[in-house]
Amino acid sequence: MNSGEMKFLVIGVVLALGAASIPIVSDGYWLSIATTAMMYIALSTSWTLFSGPTHLIALSTGAFFGIGGYLVGSGMSDYDQSFWLMAIIAPVVATILAMLIGLATLRLSGVYFVIFTLGLAEMIRNLVSWVQNNFLGSRGLYVLTDFTEAHIYWMLLSVATIVFLAGWLINRSRLGFALRIIGNDEQVARHVGINTAWSKVILFMTTGFFAALVGAIVAPRYSYIEPNVVFSPQLSFLVVIMALLGGIHRLWGPLVGVIPFTLIWEAISISFPNSTTLFLGLSFLLIVYFIPNGFVGLFENLTGRMRK
Amino acid sequence: MTPRDTILQVTNLTKRFGGLVAVNDLTFQVREHEVMGIIGPNGSGKSTTMNLISGALKVTGGSIILEDHDLTSLPPHKIARFGVARTFQLVRILPHLSVVENVIAGTAFAHKARWGAEAEQFAEALLERLELGDKKNQDIGSLTYIDQKRLELARALASEPEILLLDEWLAGLNPSELRIGIELISQLREEGRTIILVEHVMDAIRSLCDRCVVMNSGKKIAEGTPAEVLSDKEVIRAYLGDE
Repeated sequence: MNSGEMKFLVIGVVLALGAASIPIVSDGYWLSIATTAMMYIALSTSWTLFSGPTHLIALSTGAFFGIGGYLVGSGMSDYDQSFWLMAIIAPVVATILAMLIGLATLRLSGVYFVIFTLGLAEMIRNLVSWVQNNFLGSRGLYVLTDFTEAHIYWMLLSVATIVFLAGWLINRSRLGFALRIIGNDEQVARHVGINTAWSKVILFMTTGFFAALVGAIVAPRYSYIEPNVVFSPQLSFLVVIMALLGGIHRLWGPLVGVIPFTLIWEAISISFPNSTTLFLGLSFLLIVYFIPNGFVGLFENLTGRMRK
Repeated sequence: MTPRDTILQVTNLTKRFGGLVAVNDLTFQVREHEVMGIIGPNGSGKSTTMNLISGALKVTGGSIILEDHDLTSLPPHKIARFGVARTFQLVRILPHLSVVENVIAGTAFAHKARWGAEAEQFAEALLERLELGDKKNQDIGSLTYIDQKRLELARALASEPEILLLDEWLAGLNPSELRIGIELISQLREEGRTIILVEHVMDAIRSLCDRCVVMNSGKKIAEGTPAEVLSDKEVIRAYLGDE
């Protein structure tokens, strides 16, 4: 481990400890915002593990997140299973689904991949709603646990920490290097001996796993789960926007996008509850147009210029 | 010349694109430590042949055997791992990677894979040898055309290939660069590497190739030393037309 990595590790530990103490100094409103932010940190960072190096924009986060929430709800409400068991099963199911989707979408690139993942997420949402309405009797599911907001926050912080560790290990590994080469030139990647198909599928599975895990952990926060709500397409877009705002070519990029965006989003939701989608689209345009490489890109540009 | 072992055996190789037969029943061998040229007019199927050997295109018929391995229907990454390395007709470097990383890309997934500090040292030594040593920290966007070509060659050599495919590696170089390029390939030849090269530059073919296969409309029309094939009547007709 070199000194640069050591520095990042120390900063990471300090940040994690700082984040862990938030529920001690604050409960209520700010803890609730911190929990939302932590949820998006875990989601956006794990999304970037796949989409950052490959430049394949996946709009399927909502589907995996929904599987997490829905399976916890269904398992606890309809089948009397414990939260913990369902929180283990849900990510496994999502990982298998991600593998199938990954294998099916291998030949797709660019905009076709984007549309496919969006369509697929919508299909899963409607399919689950339909099954729930027609065969399982009830429209909603109850997730009743003893968890407080602080418990959920700490669980999300643990997941986010694991995502960062996983990302750090992947970036150092040959798999991470393979993904970067694929993002540069997939044809070259194949001819230097990279199994491009499986490299992409493994990373996509990782993303699906973490999204479902986050969905499962957040489920008790809603108490009442409805397929149409947890399989939220808006969530897929939010994850992408926050990651882009921060910058997707660094592991810590999404982190610096999520925090300001969560605060702004909170303000928008309170002030203009009926036009959030409008602002979502507007912020997407502004980010892509003015800061295509995110805050990290801006920052690296500035420091690069100062060095010169 | 002592007879050497055949390393690559191409037999009745055929590739169809719909009704067009791009490569038609092509058979040839490449022996160890040999530089073999594939020449022919534009559209005669030379690059298609290279793409079939490296797996970029799927074979319609025939077979490609490297040593004891049947490469015929393997995907490109498996072919690469058996020791086939290539450069591309239009130079393809990895634009968002550093110069050294571009070379490590060649070795990290190859049949004799290197990784970590070992790969880095190996890549730097290769860059040194291809006279890119002083440019290893340079911004990759600022490399000149010949340096990009050298870098691509370094990536291919980094895999320590059993056989190296150079698809018009000299194309687009200016006269002084061309001399450097020919010199570089002749060094590779003296090292005893096995190379197939597709080339239009006749000077390069005369000075570099041990043997040549001449293609026209997907078929092999001649085979032999450069001097033999270049004086062959049918070859002259293929290039210049009847009389």
